[in-house]
Amino acid sequence: MRLVGRVWKYGSYVDTDVMYPARYLTEFRPEEMARHCMEGLDPTFAREVRPGDIIVAGRMFGIGSAREHAPVAIKASGVAAVVAPSFARAFHRNAINIGLPVVECDGIDREAEKGDELEVDLVEGTVLNRRTGRLLRASRYPEFMLGIIQAGGLMNCLREKLRRN
Amino acid sequence: MHRTIAEKILAAHSGRREVEPGELLNVRVDLTMANDGSTPPAIQEFRKLPIERVWDPERIVLVMDHFCPAKDIAAAANAKTSREFARAQGIRHFYEGGAAGIEHALLPEQGLVAPGELVVGGDSHTCTYGALNCFSCGVGHTDIAAAWATGEVWLKVPHSLKILLHGRKAAWVSGKDVILHILGRVGVEDANYLSMEYSGDGVADLTMEDRLTICNMTAEAQAKVGLFPFDERTREYLIGRVNRPYTTYSADPGARYLDTLEVDLSSLEPQVALPYLPSNVKPAREVAGVSIDQAFIGACTNGWLADLRAAARIMRGKKINPNVRCVVIPATPNIYRQALREGIVGVLSEAGCVVGPSTCGPCIGGHLGLLAAGERAVSTSNRNFRGRMGHPESEVWLAGPAVAAASAIMGRIAHPEEVA
Repeated sequence: MRLVGRVWKYGSYVDTDVMYPARYLTEFRPEEMARHCMEGLDPTFAREVRPGDIIVAGRMFGIGSAREHAPVAIKASGVAAVVAPSFARAFHRNAINIGLPVVECDGIDREAEKGDELEVDLVEGTVLNRRTGRLLRASRYPEFMLGIIQAGGLMNCLREKLRRN
Repeated sequence: MHRTIAEKILAAHSGRREVEPGELLNVRVDLTMANDGSTPPAIQEFRKLPIERVWDPERIVLVMDHFCPAKDIAAAANAKTSREFARAQGIRHFYEGGAAGIEHALLPEQGLVAPGELVVGGDSHTCTYGALNCFSCGVGHTDIAAAWATGEVWLKVPHSLKILLHGRKAAWVSGKDVILHILGRVGVEDANYLSMEYSGDGVADLTMEDRLTICNMTAEAQAKVGLFPFDERTREYLIGRVNRPYTTYSADPGARYLDTLEVDLSSLEPQVALPYLPSNVKPAREVAGVSIDQAFIGACTNGWLADLRAAARIMRGKKINPNVRCVVIPATPNIYRQALREGIVGVLSEAGCVVGPSTCGPCIGGHLGLLAAGERAVSTSNRNFRGRMGHPESEVWLAGPAVAAASAIMGRIAHPEEVA
């Protein structure tokens, strides 16, 4: 699975409250949720994000709440992947479950700037910055998690499993 | 092999004799919990599956606590959707109105969680029940839908961090100060994915409420779970709450930990976490004097009876500073009633507090006490991220109930001894 997209760049410890403020938790239609995505941190994001864009962040992207609304809003915004040196546990888990690729890549916060074009290979575990030509190694998913992402999320996997039974 | 508590409970729920940290497992869950934020989207996911019925309605708990009593029409619609689902599926453990409390206080109080059990909840603070020697962790609504369907979730076996507690707490120090101190040292990333396992002679000095608060904010370290050993205090707490048999687990001598953090309880003072990270911790004494606009005493961290007692002890016969609004929220209706019987609600009301219904409300900037731009609150809740309790330019300073109550009286961050 290879993804190519334009970079949005954020710092470390981006929390789920700024990604999707709790006051909007009564909403759960993805297209409506996308309108508030990253609202607490960057009000321009929801207006200007384009399908296929990639979020690059510093350490521990997604600290805080287990609200799945955060990755759902990001995915519904059209973001193809999030690349960061590390992710908070619950955010990482939720992103996998909805088929939003979250890619652990040491040094990406130093090697990509807003507007750069990245090429992410989920199977090989590489991230290429097309502007600088720098190729970084990313951690590869265990087969189990890659399977969930390739199926487009846990519900798709489970639906198939329940149909087979 | 020598095993941690987390490894033992996960092995027992995956049909295995032993499991290794880092392994991915499908585990059987004893209970799932969801609230009015996570239930409706979980229902939306569940309906994508080719099945009609949940796996076991007795093992599903739904608590309408985040935006209820309904703050607006959308919240009312979400509670209605959840209620109709509960009825259609035969889910008995549906809590709303006067039966609902804040989920993480309600489940232990009602005996819905027990030692050795494995619980997942559609809320990050589900890890609270680790205080009862129960493996519990927060997940998203997709996981909840999957567990409703199959009774299973996938989990990675966590590595463990040992938190070795020594000594006895000094006056004015509670579980909140203990966990804030720990967060100040561990930060918000070093315990990511880990099981934080508490042990040492200091455990005996901690009340169940202290332990519940400590495990609650294990989430702020991004840990998967926080676990206390089972002892006499746990056993006493469970009497009259849990009648089913349960299994208790303790860590083996020689169990493997990534690291050990030693905490001398006797040296701790009341702590405060400054914006915008729960790990940005300083002793209250060092930041006393910072003015506040609001004080909030409540949330799944500190809406316990002990917290209301601590607040009343400080506020008795005094008045809230005229520049401050003070909101107090007992975590459950039972706690509320007991506070009424003990005269606590009267003391707080006489002091000028607003005593509200059991809800998550203000902690998440949902309702009943949001902050305007430029306002600052001292809060007994668990998160102080930007905009957490309202406007992105407001500030939340986290503290225990004694500091919050003293600050409400003084109109500024205050050490409890300043007003006692």
